[in-house]
Amino acid sequence: MTATLTPTTGTRRSASAGTDAPRKRPRATAGGFAASTFLWLYAAISIAPLLLMVSNSLRTTQDMAQHPLGLPLPPNFTSYQKAWVTASFDTYFFNSIFVTVASVVLSTAVSLLAAYAFARTRSRLFTSLEGLFLSGLMLPVYLAILPLFFLLDSVGMISNLWSLILVYAALGIPFSTFVLAAFFRQLPIELDEAARLDGAGPFATFWRVHLPLVKPAIATVIVFRFVPVWNDFFYPLILIRDRDAYTLPVGITRFFGEYQTDWATLFAGLTLATIPLVVLFLFATKQIVSGLTAGMSK
Amino acid sequence: MSAIAVPKVRRKRVTTGVTLSRRAGMVFVLPALVLFAVFIAYPLFTALSYSFFSWTGIVRGDFAGFDNYVTLFTKLPYSTDIPNAFVHNLLLFFGAMVFQNTIGLGLAVLLHRMGRLKRFFQTMYTLPYLVSPLVIGYLWSLMLSPLFGPVNAVLRAVGLDEFAQPWLGNPQTAIWVVVLVTAWQWIGFPVLLYGAALGGIPQELDEAASLDGASAWQRFRSVTLPLMIPAIGTVSVLTFIGAMEAFPIPYALGGSQGNPAGATDVLSLLFYRTAFESGSSNAIGTSSAIATLLFLFIFGIAVAFTVMLRRAERKLF
Repeated sequence: MTATLTPTTGTRRSASAGTDAPRKRPRATAGGFAASTFLWLYAAISIAPLLLMVSNSLRTTQDMAQHPLGLPLPPNFTSYQKAWVTASFDTYFFNSIFVTVASVVLSTAVSLLAAYAFARTRSRLFTSLEGLFLSGLMLPVYLAILPLFFLLDSVGMISNLWSLILVYAALGIPFSTFVLAAFFRQLPIELDEAARLDGAGPFATFWRVHLPLVKPAIATVIVFRFVPVWNDFFYPLILIRDRDAYTLPVGITRFFGEYQTDWATLFAGLTLATIPLVVLFLFATKQIVSGLTAGMSK
Repeated sequence: MSAIAVPKVRRKRVTTGVTLSRRAGMVFVLPALVLFAVFIAYPLFTALSYSFFSWTGIVRGDFAGFDNYVTLFTKLPYSTDIPNAFVHNLLLFFGAMVFQNTIGLGLAVLLHRMGRLKRFFQTMYTLPYLVSPLVIGYLWSLMLSPLFGPVNAVLRAVGLDEFAQPWLGNPQTAIWVVVLVTAWQWIGFPVLLYGAALGGIPQELDEAASLDGASAWQRFRSVTLPLMIPAIGTVSVLTFIGAMEAFPIPYALGGSQGNPAGATDVLSLLFYRTAFESGSSNAIGTSSAIATLLFLFIFGIAVAFTVMLRRAERKLF
């Protein structure tokens, strides 16, 4: 708890020290020093395991056994080749990309249509439908896996990537309609009226007038749904029985069983599964942050 | 944990006008409704019904009333596995709550005062949260490996040899590893959410309190903290849901059996094992009863808490 005290103490000191001291720089004080130590220390705790993962993926297993804390000098990339080719990570990787992209596109498309309807109608029917969708945000839906399995099995879709795509698309609807409907509601009704005067029907109004205006929300929804779909492990564990249709997370569990002692390849596999997310995060920090804080909209 | 935000139960009606006819509206909603009905609503209701029948393999037998539920609390291994796993889920919840509301809140408060490095630190703290929990679990299982693991190597390097141990092999430490790894992974979310909440608090309030002679701690306690209640509430609900649904991290650290000796077992693992690995002929009936109870518990508490939170919020503002 002392840590939470230090920053405020720091500002109080600098505030009472004089008006010319800039408010946002508590550095010069002892409290400020403790504060930045804490920030840096936790940054290290947060990131060190991930750095270690990358670093160890560039070393040989033998080297790791002899020097657990050594550095990858010189870096060795053979374990990546092994994970990618021998351990079929190429297959898992492209399956994951296909499933993630297709399901996010599908769920965003259907959610856009639904959210538009929720924002532009007012009747009990649509209010309760919206409530139904929103309840999905708190439902532990994965517990209904058995009927889902039988349903997909009855139409021969077990081990078919499209089964995952449809399930993930459905799972994305609650969050996506929630964010998008809030955005559509902010658009002035005059837009619709103007479009109608110009002779546009409901779909043309939606497509030409509204869609371009909600682009930021679409970006948030796409980026933000990408993460849980890419990471999901539960559904493919049960719905995918055929190795060629594995996505990365299930692929990794198999891989951990088979390459137990081959540490270098294990680290390389984990790194491969993580890279797309890190890239996404670095390029779309804004969308991730706005997705995470979507519930805080005032 | 799928990061989702708890929706406001009552929404402010902005200038919503009606521009879509009922029929046009239905056409727009239909694709989403079909997906939702087929892949979410139908399986949920069906799963509920499964728990009231006795099963032989995948063949549904007679209506069994609450027999499957009775089995859960009277027959081994369920009658010992359920409380054991449930306690672990609670530990996950409380562990994450403590971690998020001390370190997480502290980091958010410190970052709030930061200038240019704020984004950098936010990125650092949030990265683990975005990485697959399964990858995180496997990564830590390698790091904590008894012989070559870097964690024990560090302990030996600084002369703490007696602390170096098989963290995941020892039933006493294994569950705490699961709790800490989970809390460590989740911390980015409260840092961001609390940061957003702090940004929404008017600076003047703090300054006014300061002019009235309130100390930094008093200002934090009496001005900032009460205004953070909605954010803390949101984090609590999502942490609760996430902790009750925990699956990939325990799976990666302890396998589907919750090794060692059930020390890392959680309810979702128990459900998975019962449904797919138990080999019991009534696997579907028993596992559906577990699913139904867990479902009611998670949804019930999450809804009740959200309603309470909204009420407290309305009183506050």
